[in-house]
Amino acid sequence: MRDVFIIGAGQTPVGEHWDLGLRELGATAVRAALDDARVESVDALYVGNMLSGCVNGQENLATLLADAADLLPAEAWKIEAACASGGAAVRAAALAVAAGAHDVVVAVGIEKMTDAVTGSVSAGLASAADQDYEASHGFTFVGLSALMMRRYMHEHDRSRDEFAPFALTAHRNAAGNENAMFRKPISEEEYRESPAVASPIGVLDAAPICDGAAAVVVCTKEAIQSGQEPLRIAASAAATDTMALGARGDILELGSAAVSSSRCFEASGLGPSDMDLFEAHDAFTIITALSLEACGYAGRGEALRLAAKGCVAPGGCIPISTSGGLKARGHPVGASGTYQIVDAALQLRGRAGPNQLQKARRALTQSIGGHGSVAVTHIIEA
Amino acid sequence: MDLPRYHRLRSAYYRLEGQRCASCDTLQFPARARCGSCGGNAFEDHRLSGRGTVYSYTEMTQAPAGFPPPYLMALVRLEEGVLLAAQLTDIDAHEVEIGMPVEMVTRRLREHGPRGFLVYGYKFRPLLGRRLVS
Ligand SMILES: [Zn+2]
Repeated sequence: MRDVFIIGAGQTPVGEHWDLGLRELGATAVRAALDDARVESVDALYVGNMLSGCVNGQENLATLLADAADLLPAEAWKIEAACASGGAAVRAAALAVAAGAHDVVVAVGIEKMTDAVTGSVSAGLASAADQDYEASHGFTFVGLSALMMRRYMHEHDRSRDEFAPFALTAHRNAAGNENAMFRKPISEEEYRESPAVASPIGVLDAAPICDGAAAVVVCTKEAIQSGQEPLRIAASAAATDTMALGARGDILELGSAAVSSSRCFEASGLGPSDMDLFEAHDAFTIITALSLEACGYAGRGEALRLAAKGCVAPGGCIPISTSGGLKARGHPVGASGTYQIVDAALQLRGRAGPNQLQKARRALTQSIGGHGSVAVTHIIEA
Repeated sequence: MDLPRYHRLRSAYYRLEGQRCASCDTLQFPARARCGSCGGNAFEDHRLSGRGTVYSYTEMTQAPAGFPPPYLMALVRLEEGVLLAAQLTDIDAHEVEIGMPVEMVTRRLREHGPRGFLVYGYKFRPLLGRRLVS
């Protein structure tokens, strides 16, 4: 397999874009990534997206975006892996380049959620759960995550308050990211008193519904040109777990996250402590905790202790969500995995502005879909 | 959502019917093509007891279309060992706790619009059976 490099990154601000549709968001992010890479055209466009069919009534989305971004006749298609779609699209692009099928590929993650009312967006999101045995019974992502959080608190004797550092860190970091949705720090008291959406999950445990698109251009070593700032994709892996939460041997173990991250560590010869930052899938504070445990940063039931010590904040042993994460940058579901990689690229290039970490040579990014039924993990290095 | 789907699911939804592996006796719900324990592919239908305990739960206050909130959802550990996601009914949120005994009942799961069809299936309520039987 050939080495793969990221040579361009672009994004739209995350938020409620009443005046922008799929075509405008997608074309903006793709052209920004191409401009950043200083390339005019690509061999292929891979689109990570979850809800364009059921929320926007738009399939054949990749062709729509190839057309809108002026990339015809490039090969283009959509990759759907629930909330991990954005990470999966980058992996698909990296695989195509590594395999020698293409030399330059752009991957864009995109989601346009605010055109529909909350109930139908929730129903669309719930379709990533098992429709026959979970979604049709009234379960949603947040509901299933709430079952994990309640059980975590029960088994490890933790209170909801102890999850606060994840949300506080994300909001503090988002304040320094001009593309983030919520650019305002929150207090412990605000966290504690935020109303429940599915107990024990409160509003401030959960990432918001929003719109956004982010893109990266990847290429072979030979295709790198002078003036570009290439970052190497040191490892890429994906894994799956049962659709039904109850079918897992242990609902507090994110098997897909553990398998995909250990594959990345094995392939790169690196370990968790070699990473300078971790763009975690912090859609809910419980998922952040379980991801840290799955990736080897904390033992079972120990992630909250890690957070209490300040380890996940900038300057800590493993800074997470350095640009605000899904929680505060925003979680346009199928785009989030690509935003993570764009934000990691900014850190590794030393262009993260007020959020720049002192040392940022290697980043771990992990995009998780369907309360852990699918995970895509990358290691990127400068 | 389509009528044939619910017709297909009727034995699981109405009778909590799963399967027993013919070679290793493992119980599975819902039915699968292969046994998760031994890889076998011969099964007989097996109706689960419907009795179990609450393994985890949540009160849904923000719900998807078709499910008027609030309502209670749980993972239920059945006597047979199967862990199953379902709604709780006939109980208030503050009364639920992990470990409490529950039993299956057939209730309305959802309706597809004011003139649409109704979907019935399993939910779980606090265990009453013992009192009624003995
Ligand atoms: Zn068997």
